[in-house]
Amino acid sequence: MLVEIKYFGMLAEITGCSSEQLNVSIKKIGEIKELVLDKYPDLRNKDFRMAQNHELVSDATMITGQEIAILPPFAGG
Amino acid sequence: MTRETAMSRYSRHISLKEVGAEGQEKIGASKVLVIGAGGLGSPILQYLTAAGVGTIGIVDFDVVEESNLQRQVLFGTTSIGRNKAEVAKEILSNLNPTIKIKSYRQKMNPENIANIVIPYDIIVDATDNFASRYLINDAAVILEKPLVYGAIYKFEGQVSVFNYKDGPSYRCVFPIPPKEGSVPNCSEVGVLGVLPGIIGTLQANEVLKIILDMGELLSGKLYCFNALNNQSHTINVGRNQLEIDKVKLRGHNFEIVEPLFYCTSPVSEVSLENNSEEYVQYIDVRELHEQPRIHMECLLEIPLENLMNQIKTISKEKRVIVFCKSGARSKQAVAMLQEHGITDCYSLKGGVSAFKRASLQRYNYENNL
Repeated sequence: MLVEIKYFGMLAEITGCSSEQLNVSIKKIGEIKELVLDKYPDLRNKDFRMAQNHELVSDATMITGQEIAILPPFAGG
Repeated sequence: MTRETAMSRYSRHISLKEVGAEGQEKIGASKVLVIGAGGLGSPILQYLTAAGVGTIGIVDFDVVEESNLQRQVLFGTTSIGRNKAEVAKEILSNLNPTIKIKSYRQKMNPENIANIVIPYDIIVDATDNFASRYLINDAAVILEKPLVYGAIYKFEGQVSVFNYKDGPSYRCVFPIPPKEGSVPNCSEVGVLGVLPGIIGTLQANEVLKIILDMGELLSGKLYCFNALNNQSHTINVGRNQLEIDKVKLRGHNFEIVEPLFYCTSPVSEVSLENNSEEYVQYIDVRELHEQPRIHMECLLEIPLENLMNQIKTISKEKRVIVFCKSGARSKQAVAMLQEHGITDCYSLKGGVSAFKRASLQRYNYENNL
């Protein structure tokens, strides 16, 4: 399945792109997370949440969507 | 303010059928606390003041620095070196002398937050660090106040409305504070000056929609904006009851449970069973007309608004257990009493109905609900 991964804030600085397409054969959001963390080990030090098709999801959620957003918290004001 | 002055000052609001004179009166009656008078706080404060929000509280302990002026457009060069909350009050009073503005020249901490937050209807988080953001979120959850959240990073911003009518809280999106130093703030990495202007203005917009009960709020939604490509992304966020319960359970004592962060909160709750009457002073903080009344020797009836005036009547020798109808006011009361040195003080779980449940025989419970 082809999914688009979107990176926000400082995460996009680590990945060097704000979005990319990945062809995956895996089933759960947690597996996408591991795949991304393996690809960009510096993300392991960052906190983030993942959203699938604009819904916040957990690691156990099944992959159903075409778009996965990876969102860090922002501190600034 | 005379009716004529109001009609003239707010005429462009009043002309909107969605606002009208009635809506403008709601704005005038509202009380909004803005925490942080920096990049986000500047436009929030300017627009809320201009809109005629009747009471505005400004919290900031910091002073204006020259490097702030690139984005903190509320201030001028002559503001440099002065306290932000005080300068903001001065400048905003000129923008709209008809409203009440209160400045709090202090840093929010677990000890003072409840007292500062309690008098306001809506809380706006315009701070620049996670310690404050989690502290404010937890206080908003416990004190049951809607929280308008905004945060920025370089060219991107997030906006949401938390804790609005059983909606999600900040911890439903990000349950725990990030590792220290993992997320830099504007002063460390820089920020495009206009970004907090955009995000802060969106926050002010949410505040007005809450007051006017108008349009669609960003409650249950995290709005993400990117100033470089003008793209926005809205993520639906569900309420995570477990996270909210954890905050409520920690209660109003604001114990430090997450080191380095004040991310905690107030008010422990107790149940009736474990407390013998002999050693307990009960306080009913409901209005005197609220039924059913409870009759017992060790009970003081002090409506919440009179609590500070009558604090001397409360024994420091006994454990104090406060109750109201459901727990919201009693938690506020506990926070206030603890601030004033009455530390062995708890909110009664279940409110007044706990008496009925615990024992109909022990108390003369007027069952006339």
